[in-house]
Amino acid sequence: MLWNTLLLALRAIRRNLLRSFLTILGIVIGVSAVITMVTIGNGATRVVQDQIASMGSNLLIVRPGQRLGPTSVGAQSFKLSDAAAVEAQMSGLEAVAPTATKSANVVHMAENWSTTVTGSTTAYFRAGNWRLAAGRVFNDAEERAGKSVCVIGETVRRELFGSRNPVGDAIRIKQFACEVIGLLASKGQSAMGRDQDDTIIMPLRTVQRRLTGTQDVNTLMISVQDGVSTEKAKNQITLLMRERRKIAANEDDNFNVMDTKQIAETLTGTTRVMTTLLGAVAAVSLLVGGIGIMNIMLVSVTERTREIGIRLAIGALEREVLLQFLIEAVVLAALGGLLGIILATAASIGLAQVMQVPYLFNPGINALSFLFSAVIGVIFGYVPAHRAARLDPIDALRHE
Amino acid sequence: MTGVAPHPALIEVASVTKTYGQGQAAFQALSGIDFVIEEGEFVAVMGPSGSGKSTVMNILGCLDTPSSGAYLFRGVRVEQLSRNQRALLRRHYLGFVFQGFNLLARTSALENVELPLLYRGEPAAARHAAARAMLEAVGLKGWETHTPAELSGGQQQRVAIARAIVTRPSVLLADEPTGNLDSQTSREIMELISTLNRERGITVLMVTHEADMARYAKRIIHFVDGRVDTDSRNEAA
Repeated sequence: MLWNTLLLALRAIRRNLLRSFLTILGIVIGVSAVITMVTIGNGATRVVQDQIASMGSNLLIVRPGQRLGPTSVGAQSFKLSDAAAVEAQMSGLEAVAPTATKSANVVHMAENWSTTVTGSTTAYFRAGNWRLAAGRVFNDAEERAGKSVCVIGETVRRELFGSRNPVGDAIRIKQFACEVIGLLASKGQSAMGRDQDDTIIMPLRTVQRRLTGTQDVNTLMISVQDGVSTEKAKNQITLLMRERRKIAANEDDNFNVMDTKQIAETLTGTTRVMTTLLGAVAAVSLLVGGIGIMNIMLVSVTERTREIGIRLAIGALEREVLLQFLIEAVVLAALGGLLGIILATAASIGLAQVMQVPYLFNPGINALSFLFSAVIGVIFGYVPAHRAARLDPIDALRHE
Repeated sequence: MTGVAPHPALIEVASVTKTYGQGQAAFQALSGIDFVIEEGEFVAVMGPSGSGKSTVMNILGCLDTPSSGAYLFRGVRVEQLSRNQRALLRRHYLGFVFQGFNLLARTSALENVELPLLYRGEPAAARHAAARAMLEAVGLKGWETHTPAELSGGQQQRVAIARAIVTRPSVLLADEPTGNLDSQTSREIMELISTLNRERGITVLMVTHEADMARYAKRIIHFVDGRVDTDSRNEAA
């Protein structure tokens, strides 16, 4: 009986190609929309998380000026002694890196590139969570001596050296030559959209002497040890800096402390909201797909009720008719679900590439949307049939 | 009751009534019907609209249930059977032909004819052979792959007849089989039904309101107001 009923169900699907196609289409669209949106949302979240991780998740960035962001013009800069004071007076710190930055045009052979040169201490690499792709970083001796050595980012390498190994070559920054001793591992875009690989890192003293010409320190990058509250460290630094910069109790800070953990939390929160939003939009499309299935099933119920009447009249048992309709609904829903998953996988991989986010397969959402569509398809395929099969055959035959 | 008779009649109805609706709106379509039909008969049920002739046909065909009275099919009390048992009775002993043909849409003639055999669980090869043979018997050789939409009314009714008798049923029940057909085609269909009755010994029960069609039957039962008015031999047939 099962084999024959399966045959009947498949025949019915083939016979009503348009209806079958529309039913499947509803499921395909619903399922693929949900899966694609959630997958892309997950990918975007992962990108943000990676960026946050690349920034160093417990980093405090201290800058002169009241507002957050780039150094305000005219605000009193820090000095190297401020960094020393932070290091000396605070505990629980991983690294304190005073930095001075300056935009500069760098030249190698016929290539030139405008980038940002950052001068700092060896602590910078630890604080910023930097890895090396090749060569080495400068050491304390070179830092103290203000040697003309530099570590370059991947973007600078690409622009000046192409795919060649830059270590050992010299580049010219403004009027002085500088030996490339290391190549940083690529970090990609920052959470703010800045290319983190477009950078050159040199000893602080070298930058101060040869580029900025001052003893100023633009920024203090302070990385806090794991397990130490960045909030507490932030408060301590604020107190310390107010004291050192002789700010009266009734005056506002003339510097700001940016907490990457706070930024990370904000960004993660934002991305999560975005993913939830995408998921909600997708859920609506799944619902719309479900309603589409429902409509098609209900619209065809008149024709199908008569069909049920015919089948009963020529000797089909009620359970055979029901089984046939159940198989039809299951086959359509499963086919639609599978096609939806395939389409979603293709769309997700394609979109992930275009949007430069990783493709992360999420089994949960695949299973969930498949099940949802299957349940919708089965319910709306089966319930009207169930009602029709309970009629006296003559009532089913006369159904208008 | 004659339910214990040694050779029960094919069909016996006793005091069968059928009431539609309830209370004030109740309508009595059949008010006490009695008749006996033996194997091999060709009976036409006639009567004006609303006389209950279709109702009695649906009850005999187990498509509908009587409100009271007894319906014996080969001595079995049909009205006491379960839904499934009545379905099995339709499957093994009854064949239907309707006024509106009631073929499955977008389904080939061959598949339509095969359908009852499929429910009987016949193997595919036997199904195909029997359905082909039956289509040939009703004069539709070469039309096997056509769907109802591609067939004329007369051809559709032939497919329906083929489907009704492919299981070699005891009784062919035809409800206004020529009601949707022109007179020429109607005559062809009636000739076909007569031949089946004569040559294959299939008992035929046909509802019609056209005297032209009824004259093919050997016996004519006239219904008026839900009662049997006259029940007579048709000497002309």
